[in-house]
Amino acid sequence: MATLARLQARSSTVGNQYYFRNRHLNRIVTVIQKWWRSFLGRKQYQLTVQVAYYTMMMNLYNAMAVRIQRRWRGYRVRKYLFNYYYLKEYLKVVSETNDAIRKALEEFAEMKEREEKKANHEREEKKRDYQARKMHYLLSTKQIPGIYNSPFRKEPDPRELQLQKAKPLTHRRPKVKQKDSTSLTDWLACTSTRSFPRSEILPPINRKQCQGPFRDITEVLEQRYKPLEPTLRVAEPIDELKLAREELRREEWLRNVNDNMFLPFSSYHKNEKYIPSMHLSSKYAPISYKEQFRSENPKKWICDKDFQTVLPSFELFSKYGKLYSKAGQIV
Amino acid sequence: MSQRQVLQVFEQYQKARTQFVQMVAELATRPQNIETLQNAGVMSLLRTLLLDVVPTIQQTAALALGRLANYNDDLAEAVVKCDILPQLVYSLAEQNRFYKKAAAFVLRAVGKHSPQLAQAIVDCGALDTLVICLEDFDPGVKEAAAWALRYIARHNAELSQAVVDAGAVPLLVLCIQEPEIALKRIAASALSDIAKHSPELAQTVVDAGAVAHLAQMILNPDAKLKHQILSALSQVSKHSVDLAEMVVEAEIFPVVLTCLKDKDEYVKKNASTLIREIAKHTPELSQLVVNAGGVAAVIDCIGSCKGNTRLPGIMMLGYVAAHSENLAMAVIISKGVPQLSVCLSEEPEDHIKAAAAWALGQIGRHTPEHARAVAVTNALPVLLSLYMSTESSEDLQVKFAAYLCLKPQKYLLPNLENGNSKSIYPWGCNEIN
Repeated sequence: MATLARLQARSSTVGNQYYFRNRHLNRIVTVIQKWWRSFLGRKQYQLTVQVAYYTMMMNLYNAMAVRIQRRWRGYRVRKYLFNYYYLKEYLKVVSETNDAIRKALEEFAEMKEREEKKANHEREEKKRDYQARKMHYLLSTKQIPGIYNSPFRKEPDPRELQLQKAKPLTHRRPKVKQKDSTSLTDWLACTSTRSFPRSEILPPINRKQCQGPFRDITEVLEQRYKPLEPTLRVAEPIDELKLAREELRREEWLRNVNDNMFLPFSSYHKNEKYIPSMHLSSKYAPISYKEQFRSENPKKWICDKDFQTVLPSFELFSKYGKLYSKAGQIV
Repeated sequence: MSQRQVLQVFEQYQKARTQFVQMVAELATRPQNIETLQNAGVMSLLRTLLLDVVPTIQQTAALALGRLANYNDDLAEAVVKCDILPQLVYSLAEQNRFYKKAAAFVLRAVGKHSPQLAQAIVDCGALDTLVICLEDFDPGVKEAAAWALRYIARHNAELSQAVVDAGAVPLLVLCIQEPEIALKRIAASALSDIAKHSPELAQTVVDAGAVAHLAQMILNPDAKLKHQILSALSQVSKHSVDLAEMVVEAEIFPVVLTCLKDKDEYVKKNASTLIREIAKHTPELSQLVVNAGGVAAVIDCIGSCKGNTRLPGIMMLGYVAAHSENLAMAVIISKGVPQLSVCLSEEPEDHIKAAAAWALGQIGRHTPEHARAVAVTNALPVLLSLYMSTESSEDLQVKFAAYLCLKPQKYLLPNLENGNSKSIYPWGCNEIN
């Protein structure tokens, strides 16, 4: 400790002695150091100024940017996010739509009510008319006033007038079925012995028998109601084949579930039409039998009708077995 | 002559059989006889008569079996256990239309009780024959087959998938287009029961082109038909956004709104269910409903109904208001809030009150303006009193607590101050804190 203090004291003195001995050099060195320090300081000052300037400019820019952003944000929110006037318009439109819908629904409900009332009213009317027709006998006559025409009233009940207007109901007659087409078989059915016309009133029992030899009643009836023997020509129509074809086609059509062309199920909602196969949609059809053999020239035809392929039958064949002669019978 | 005597014996037997089966069929219509019939062992007798030579006896036996199976599920299980079903299915394919109707009736009666019985029907291969019956010429047969398919598909998704795999859906869509009203009804209800289980099944129904036809038939005046059609459309649209959009594309608005004014309660309920299912998916769909004036119509409908018919309408308002604050404002200006608070106060049932509270919460939670609109109608005191009352259920109290906590304090407190009842203010503050 003591040595340290002595060392310190000596160092200061040494330093001081050193200093006083080299004052000139120290002065020069101080000058150099002074200049060097000022140079460093100036550099530092430049940096500081730059930083300060930079900070100031950035603050300015930021402030200006904030101003712009503020304006922009306000505009954006007012226009896009929460447009007050648009919202007001929208709500006004919504409330107007609501009112319109409410009114329309009210009208709809009223219309339904009216329709129902009208339907009820009509049903009541019909019922009353039917009742009037059924009870027409309650109408008043000249001698006896009816129940709706009390003599103590000034004028008759409206029901009385209704009864007067109503046409009385008749007994229900058994409905006669109408036959649509008259064919040969119907005529044949009428000539059977069962359709012998019977009189409504039975003859009196004790009527005197008519005089004279009479033929056997069964023979008479047979002769009278001989069944129709149509000729071959009439019995089977010429165009029987065509009629049969029509019949068959009608029966097949009966079995159809739907007349519309077949549509694919899964793409029904796309409204696609049925695309037929190549065979059906080609314009080159198979040649018909006629076209294979004849070449036709319509200009040379004298009339529109084609040759008759089916001809009426001979009368000779219908007389077979019904003539008196035995000509032609095999012995 | 001995031949005639022999034939007479057979005739007597046939007459006896016919009489027996007709009497059994008649007795089976009354519930009190069925127990006695069951104890007398009618099942096995009817089973043998099903194989009879005479078609009339077969048909009447099938009818009697159907009526018995319809009564309860024990008898239906007995029908299944006696191995009657395979025989029915086999002869369904080739008999005339009366037998087909009766056999389809039996299948329907068996299939309606439980999923296991329906599975038994599917296992014996009835689905293919029922689908063939759907192609039949006679509308009565089609109706019976469609009804049986409906009851089978009703239980769960696997059975519905089995029905769809048998190819029933395109035929049901064809049945809907038939002119008979009863057939349309049944076909629409069958499609509804198929589509309700899963999105894939609903997609199958839509792919068959059902939505366009269903949408066209909304205008039909028959009330039961409308009820089934609206139910079918709502089952289709409830699963996903695409399906709901497809239903909307079929141009149901604004025709559906006229159904909300119908006299029949079920039609109104199903119409509001359909609108709810459409509006709940996305804000765009809700916007569409609002733009079409649906909110006003639903609010009027709520006002004119009572009880459970109101519930879908209330939920629809809640869904619409939940999507965004503009839509909530639209609900407010359509005068929805007074109606909802009326529902809240006058309905006796808990779940309807809970739904009304939830809807009010969804309306009021967006901004102070919305909260004020809700508070103005004096709904808050009602809510608090319901919350505090001991007789309301747990679910109700939970919903109310959730509702009260949904609104931030700064919305609620000023409104409570401005509100009419000052007495609830301290209590309300405590609850919120």
